[in-house]
Amino acid sequence: MSRQANRGTESKKMSSELFTLTYGALVTQLCKDYENDEDVNKQLDKMGYNIGVRLIEDFLARSNVGRCHDFRETADVIAKVAFKMYLGITPSITNWSPAGDEFSLILENNPLVDFVELPDNHSSLIYSNLLCGVLRGALEMVQMAVEAKFVQDTLKGDGVTEIRMRFIRRIEDNLPAGEE
Amino acid sequence: MPLHTKKPRSPTSVSPGGSPGAILLGQTCLHQGPGQKTSLSVLEGMGFRVGQALGERLPQETLAFREELDVLKFLCKDLWVAVFQKQMDSLRTNHQGTYVLQDNSFPLLIRMASGPQYLEEAPKFLAFTCGLLRGTLSTLGIKSLVTASVASLPTCKFQVVIQKT
Repeated sequence: MSRQANRGTESKKMSSELFTLTYGALVTQLCKDYENDEDVNKQLDKMGYNIGVRLIEDFLARSNVGRCHDFRETADVIAKVAFKMYLGITPSITNWSPAGDEFSLILENNPLVDFVELPDNHSSLIYSNLLCGVLRGALEMVQMAVEAKFVQDTLKGDGVTEIRMRFIRRIEDNLPAGEE
Repeated sequence: MPLHTKKPRSPTSVSPGGSPGAILLGQTCLHQGPGQKTSLSVLEGMGFRVGQALGERLPQETLAFREELDVLKFLCKDLWVAVFQKQMDSLRTNHQGTYVLQDNSFPLLIRMASGPQYLEEAPKFLAFTCGLLRGTLSTLGIKSLVTASVASLPTCKFQVVIQKT
């Protein structure tokens, strides 16, 4: 293998490990800052939301996907384009509700949790909760109010990690607060 | 380690897919509300631990550096590319243990207005990275002090001073 190719793979590997390590450092620090898991979960969700509302612009600019016509299309784009682009994984989409307003994302592996173990005293910590906030924030910017939550987690002993996505309502175009 | 008065939101992070995610994570999470003080040393400490862990995961052949300068070059090329998808723009040294690494368009500052407008905010975006450099160096067997300075965004300089034990 040429030195150039070696450099490329090394870079990528380091980059992905750095990501996992940094996320871990973040969660660890939050656990120190807040006394209970619930508050950490809320903070992760809030941070994720703040990221999501901006990440969507980057996503739309880089992915060239057009407007989604329904929630099914949205699900496809989230799993096959967005997750692939930002986390390098493609979750599968399952468990559609009969009304078509809920589905599950099944992540067989979650890069955020590589080498992570939850200690016993943090059993209600939703370690990857940042992701739920990101999904919520990003979709809000494209006029969709959704709820995202973890219903299975490999960190807690489940076989897979499952995020349940629920469509709440379409957000009508509102002028930002403070403008006429 | 001094504790912050209010909770800082997060350090920088890197998405495997590309730096936009990283930049957004860093910028978003460093926004502080009124009356809150960031704890730069907490951020630097986090960067240090991450840098240490990262250093430990490097393959042995990468660690076979001949000289201190090779280590610094590694930081400027391989580490910087892995984290920021670009190389450091310049590396200078006095050959007596002080190195100045300059990035002319530091990705964590690039989305802010160029020039002096946000000089006061800049340290928050640099603290974690200083720790990261210090931590990686530590695992590579080098004790150092790393500080960053910005005269005009988005150019910044990281000063690495090797500590002789």
